[in-house]
Amino acid sequence: MSTAPASPAPAVGQGDSSEEHHRPTLGDAGRKLLAGEMGSLRVLIVLAIIWAIFAIANDRFLTAINLTNLALQIAAVGTISVGVVLVLLLGEIDLSVGAVSGLASAVVAVLNVKNGWNPYLAIVAGLLVGTAIGLFQGSMSTRLAIPSFVVTLAGLLMWQGAQLKVLGETGTVNVSDPAITNIAGTFLAPWVGWAVAILAIAAIVGTALLNLQRRRAAGLEAESMLGLTLRSGAATIAILAAVVVMNSDRGVPLALVILVGICAAVQFMLAKTRFGRHIYAVGGDAEAARRAGIRVTWLRTTVFMMASTLAAAGGIIAASRLLAVNQSSGGSDLLLLAIAGPVVAGVSLFGGRGTAWAALLGALVIGSISNGMDLLALQSSVKFMVTGAVLLAAVSLDALARQRRVSAGGT
Amino acid sequence: MSTTTQAGAATAPAPVAPLLRLRGLTKSFGAVQALRGADLDVGAGEVVALVGDNGAGKSTLIKAITGVQPADGGTIEMDGVPVSIKAPSDSAALGISAVYQDLALCDNLDVVANLFLGQEAHRGKVMDEIAMEKESRRLLDRLAVRTLRSVRTEVGSLSGGQRQTVAIARSMLGDPKLVILDEPTAALGVSQTAQVLELVKTLRGEGIGVIIISHNLADVFQVADRIVVLRLGGNAGEWTAEPENRQAVVGAITGADIENGQEATP
Repeated sequence: MSTAPASPAPAVGQGDSSEEHHRPTLGDAGRKLLAGEMGSLRVLIVLAIIWAIFAIANDRFLTAINLTNLALQIAAVGTISVGVVLVLLLGEIDLSVGAVSGLASAVVAVLNVKNGWNPYLAIVAGLLVGTAIGLFQGSMSTRLAIPSFVVTLAGLLMWQGAQLKVLGETGTVNVSDPAITNIAGTFLAPWVGWAVAILAIAAIVGTALLNLQRRRAAGLEAESMLGLTLRSGAATIAILAAVVVMNSDRGVPLALVILVGICAAVQFMLAKTRFGRHIYAVGGDAEAARRAGIRVTWLRTTVFMMASTLAAAGGIIAASRLLAVNQSSGGSDLLLLAIAGPVVAGVSLFGGRGTAWAALLGALVIGSISNGMDLLALQSSVKFMVTGAVLLAAVSLDALARQRRVSAGGT
Repeated sequence: MSTTTQAGAATAPAPVAPLLRLRGLTKSFGAVQALRGADLDVGAGEVVALVGDNGAGKSTLIKAITGVQPADGGTIEMDGVPVSIKAPSDSAALGISAVYQDLALCDNLDVVANLFLGQEAHRGKVMDEIAMEKESRRLLDRLAVRTLRSVRTEVGSLSGGQRQTVAIARSMLGDPKLVILDEPTAALGVSQTAQVLELVKTLRGEGIGVIIISHNLADVFQVADRIVVLRLGGNAGEWTAEPENRQAVVGAITGADIENGQEATP
């Protein structure tokens, strides 16, 4: 990968002659794909294979009604996964996200149903419970230099206990307030779905073209028109196809729009703001980041707060979909799936690599496997083993990609 | 391999005050006296090599200049003006920047992101990538760096020499007057060492004062104008970088007594 020092490669900064600069070619793209640097494309291929397998195995898998169900199923875990992505980017882990989502949903349900709180106030209270937990766990981990693995493992137990306490003796609270149930129960009218899709496409194509134009104006090497067309085109087709399919059933679920919106907002923060750049820096080399003047402790704590808040949001979406909160809300395999998703979609466990979109794509992969195996009426035993195998395969790819990078950088 | 000799700069002290002048610097760690009154002059556009055995006080002297561990006593002048360096921010404000041996780069970020880490250009809340990329190009161009394919390459995939280049370029961002390089050629191959030494000469050509710490005397004699030897926390002599002084420098480092070695000492 690395260029030989003596090779007459085009020099950096040869003034205005942008033709001299290295342009990405299709060959490069292939190599990058193999090296795991294009995690999104890799996961899309994996997703296509999974969908093809289930479509062949069961003709109900690729129907509008099932795909809309799939979208609803992944909304909660996908939202939790966005927070997990942030924590993983730091090279940390948060094992408490499942328990936090359960506790937050319990708080919302109890405040609204038993204490008669305004539903919106109850939701805000639930989110704040998440934020406070993140502040607590983040501070413990950073100030006392305890590995986040241990702090959040302790948190997992504590918040599960707190959830049982909050729910009280009944153990189950049914949620009926429309303000809460509408989060997952709302489907956009067809024309609203189209309007949202067109806005999203306009935003994608618009920013891509604007960026291209600004880079050209500045005399910098710009992405080739082909690559730009391919990327924007793929996103456009995916959005249009999703809207066509879901509109032929009940419409685009609001919960999916919320998940995509959260992914887009977090990705904007990661890619465009200094805070996001510093998250990657701390995940890459915390000591280098500290010496560059980044407040590492503050940043880590803030990220843990974001992750716990997103976990709480995911819990509220789950409560909205299931119309109830009970003692097992946020338990079971939710935590593992919320972490497996981003890792499957190319977020490195070693920190510093990945995007917020991995939360959506990973939830799609994991959700598709689960959904498809449910359609085939497979037992839980098989489901767990298959999901575990997919996760292990994904982590192996990550480790292999890392080894390749290390050996490439070593010479 | 001909060594560039800048005898004039070294033997006859310039009439104007040097860029950096240290006199009688002392520093103790408990009972251990790491610096016992060390002196050092660095002129603008001059490369001064600081050599000495392990524990001679090189690192302590550098940390005193950068403010990482301020000196206990002695005076520091910049351009003839006495200054006080008590913290890294003081030295940064004076136009002193340092590149440490471990470089402190983030492997997962590209060259531009590393150059601007912690001081990203931004408009409102959003980073100004175009401004940063243009500035990176300008900087690397100015340093005559010809070995990087793209400033958007991940630093982790670069060679050791390229990484050193990026670290030195980063130290140049604030237009410093003095750059301190700690073992810049350690662990580099022959051609990559040559690249880095070439870069040091470019810095000199820009009128920047350079202090270079190295164990590699071949590198030192190739790039330095003047060689200052530290021994046991004090000065053990000073030579121009002419090949015939090599024995004397080695003698001063090890403490062996060499009769005719001190001729170039002012």
